[in-house]
Amino acid sequence: MAVETTTRAKLRWGLLDVLVVVFALVPVLWIASLSFKTPATLTDGKFIPREWTLDNYKTIFDTDQFVRALINSIGIALIATLIAVVLGAMAAYAISRLDFPGKRLLVGVSLLIAMFPQVSLVSPLFEIERQLKIFDTWPGLILPYITFALPLAIYTLSAFFKQIPWDLEKAAKMDGATQAQAFRRVIAPLAAPGLFTTAILVFIFCWNDFLFAISLTSTERSRTVPAALSFFTGASQFEDPAGAICAAAVVITVPIILFVLFFQRRIVSGLTSGAVKG
Amino acid sequence: MADIVLDKVSKSFPDGTVAVQDVDLEIADGEFVILVGPSGCGKSTTLNMIAGLEDISSGELRIGGQRVNDKAPRDRDIAMVFQSYALYPNMTVRENMAFPLRLAKLDKETINAKVDEAAKVLELTPLLDRKPANLSGGQRQRVAMGRAIVRQPKAFLMDEPLSNLDAKLRVQMRTVVSRLQKQLGTTTVYVTHDQTEAMTLGDRVVIMRGGAVQQVGPPQELYDHPRNLFVAGFIGSPSMNFLHAAVQDGGLHTALGDVPLGDRVRRELEAADAPRELILGIRPEHFEDAELVDDDTRRRGLEFEAPADIVESMGSDKYVYFTVEGEKASAAELEELAADAGAADFAGAGGNLVTRLSAESPVTEGQTRRVWFNLEKIHLFDPSTGRNLTLHEGRAAGALAD
Repeated sequence: MAVETTTRAKLRWGLLDVLVVVFALVPVLWIASLSFKTPATLTDGKFIPREWTLDNYKTIFDTDQFVRALINSIGIALIATLIAVVLGAMAAYAISRLDFPGKRLLVGVSLLIAMFPQVSLVSPLFEIERQLKIFDTWPGLILPYITFALPLAIYTLSAFFKQIPWDLEKAAKMDGATQAQAFRRVIAPLAAPGLFTTAILVFIFCWNDFLFAISLTSTERSRTVPAALSFFTGASQFEDPAGAICAAAVVITVPIILFVLFFQRRIVSGLTSGAVKG
Repeated sequence: MADIVLDKVSKSFPDGTVAVQDVDLEIADGEFVILVGPSGCGKSTTLNMIAGLEDISSGELRIGGQRVNDKAPRDRDIAMVFQSYALYPNMTVRENMAFPLRLAKLDKETINAKVDEAAKVLELTPLLDRKPANLSGGQRQRVAMGRAIVRQPKAFLMDEPLSNLDAKLRVQMRTVVSRLQKQLGTTTVYVTHDQTEAMTLGDRVVIMRGGAVQQVGPPQELYDHPRNLFVAGFIGSPSMNFLHAAVQDGGLHTALGDVPLGDRVRRELEAADAPRELILGIRPEHFEDAELVDDDTRRRGLEFEAPADIVESMGSDKYVYFTVEGEKASAAELEELAADAGAADFAGAGGNLVTRLSAESPVTEGQTRRVWFNLEKIHLFDPSTGRNLTLHEGRAAGALAD
């Protein structure tokens, strides 16, 4: 009886898993398939391309527009991630360890920022950035990205910091470390999985943003890939750019996959095991 | 190397609770002092204040003659061993032990030499390249000790370092700690809630209760001459027996019979505000099977008869539990001790007497037995204040003293 239930349960779960995977992957695979099709077969409705071509990829890398946007995207997302994680780590450390006046307020405000509808900030930000002369620049995008990534970073990181035994920090202080040394040499290495997890989340947030990218940029100077894609026309004005757009979409998922794979290896659990008697 | 002086040190929290109250303590250079008491008595807070991990609300703390109240832990040059060991899990044993030295900016060769030496003392040499996660509890504990001794600090602070070990290892590590301290001669303050550890380890023991020091002294002195009910009940295992005693016609009426009183105690009880009810305390080893007592000793004590409930033969002696009729001794201190032992709702079985008789005693369970007890070793306590009335100039003199 028990065995039967397990096999049946396994089968049920397996089916459910397949369903979820198919549901999630079909659109992605569809885009990948479109990107390999020639313009003539683009609308034939076949999942596997009849004629394979790399023309679409050639097209997008031939246009300056895309390459430039890719550089913008990578630069802006990396810088915003770095700053957000460093600031977030410091704020989260303070929140999880210290008792300071206004702590609840800080946590509340950061939650408020996360909940604020971003679209309502687009026009004010546009005006502010024009006044400050950072409209259509890298900082013009990095700043709002940091603002909206920080709550996420603070929340994720403070959860990680809370897991680190406080005794370790006391021990470091007794061993002659300053507060900063204790943080840098003892706490931060242990919080590394948290830092990497946060970095991945923030990076994906910055990388995928379309709203700010389209409204706070006007030229190739700072336009990121999601925004640039919407300006895609293909090789000539009259060509259907769908194939090229699909190729670009495939290309921009690659950095994220690489980023996640690179950092995932560092997200190992149980890094703090052995520190204190559990 | 340095002495540590606590001068009226207090700790109160913003919400008004007072964790430590006016603690005066002078710890001599090289001395091994134990802070002991039930949980919440302020012993750990006191240690943390010495360490610099907690601010001192009032009073002065001097290490090596220097006021250190406002100094950061790193500037006090003291090492601490934590109950949780607090090893850095991302570092190997070697790196863990080298950490304080690296922070002190010593050169590499000196660091290696010192770590190797400390590792040898603690028999950690084969483990130096392991991470804490791959060590057993006892090994982790030794690494924590190694990290403390490696930089030869002015003093060691230990916060219940053995309480996470299992019983057998704890006894073993107790001797390690003791030997290490003697070898290094470093001033050590050791916090524990275990009175056996306190008795066996320290040069001097400080008993704390509710943030205040109850008594300070060598273990034997605390055992023989407890200043109050709390100290008497806390020190000793099995603990002292407490019986209700009513003052009657110059003597004491107790469940063990009428106890005659010497002139000194009697004078004390004649005072107008003297208590009419007392608590009589007597340690298990001051009982003996009446059959085995010679006439000379017999005269110094009293005999009673009671049924033996349980006989535990330890080989060298017998622990015999008797039931005696009569009122139960009650005082705030006793309730607190019972609560700490986790037996608040259990010990209430009337007058239960624990005695330690000679192994030769033929007593068997269920048998009513004649038992003698030593009147010279009796302590009498005032139930309202807990004060030991038999104590004269710091010495306990029993009930019969003139």
